[in-house]
Amino acid sequence: MNREPRVVEVRRNVLKQNDVVARELRARFGEAGVFVVNLVSSPGSGKTAFLERTLTLLRPRYRVAALVGDLATENDAARLSRSGAPVRQITTGTVCHLEAAMIRTALDGWDVEPLDFLFVENVGNLVCPASYDLGENLRLVLMSVTEGEDKPLKYPTIFNSGDVAVVSKTDLAAAVEFDWDAASANIQAVRPGMPVFCVSARSGEGMDHVLAMLEARLAELRTPAGASAP
Amino acid sequence: MHELSIAVSLVEIAEEEAERLGVRVSAVHFRLGALSGVVKEALLSSYEMASADTALEGSRLVIEEVPVMVYCARCDEQRPLESVQLFRCSACGSPTPDVRQGKEMELVALEVEE
Repeated sequence: MNREPRVVEVRRNVLKQNDVVARELRARFGEAGVFVVNLVSSPGSGKTAFLERTLTLLRPRYRVAALVGDLATENDAARLSRSGAPVRQITTGTVCHLEAAMIRTALDGWDVEPLDFLFVENVGNLVCPASYDLGENLRLVLMSVTEGEDKPLKYPTIFNSGDVAVVSKTDLAAAVEFDWDAASANIQAVRPGMPVFCVSARSGEGMDHVLAMLEARLAELRTPAGASAP
Repeated sequence: MHELSIAVSLVEIAEEEAERLGVRVSAVHFRLGALSGVVKEALLSSYEMASADTALEGSRLVIEEVPVMVYCARCDEQRPLESVQLFRCSACGSPTPDVRQGKEMELVALEVEE
């Protein structure tokens, strides 16, 4: 018996489930007027140190909170709690990225309404988190000077999916002979027009520019559509 | 390595469609963008694992790779991207971040037997 297979058109997005939850989250964050940042980088590039510094600097003037994703341990949540901001750990087990549903679960019983900023520290990984929308307003891709200038060329997808880049550990730049021009050219090659911030979470150098950007973006979020900035 | 979880959702969706249509699936056609963040080879081997012991066991995964298209404002045209390491218009060389195609992860069709 020789039956011709029939082809049925289906057209369904495989990540639709994630996108649906991300859209719900984005609507909820939008209503609450909270600005959400998804922080992605490779492991060990200084996400937690950068976030600890950011939370500490923002806290006197803003209501801030953080969710932090890791395969295992609650060490990062403990570190971030030192800033005084409320922090929740998301332990993913073997999952190498955060998904929108994990954010929804982690926010269970948490009132986001009073918040100004919510930071989500993704699992250290420059591949998989690129595919998952978490409902964020801003995707911040962080790379440290110790990783080398060619990181953007090795992981173009995640840099391309990002809104801003942060180059961290600038206090070590001289020691590793970091080539600023090459790094900048590589970022612009994979994501033309991407704003780049250079910071040292240790010394605090450059953090003022990051804070100014975040404050401007929060103000923008809260400006009613159609209204012009004063 | 998130290809396995992508493969699992792909199998779930295909199973759902097969059940709805009351058919047996012999092949799944999938469009995969070059900027999707998913590796074709890893997805193919994950598919075998994900489909084992399901109604999709033994079916083939056929992947169509979708190239990246960017919009060049200067040319007012969509252009294919020559390299994901250089977001430039392939005609005039202007930098452009405006991706119009290449992030697809879409189940497009099923080859079925009644």
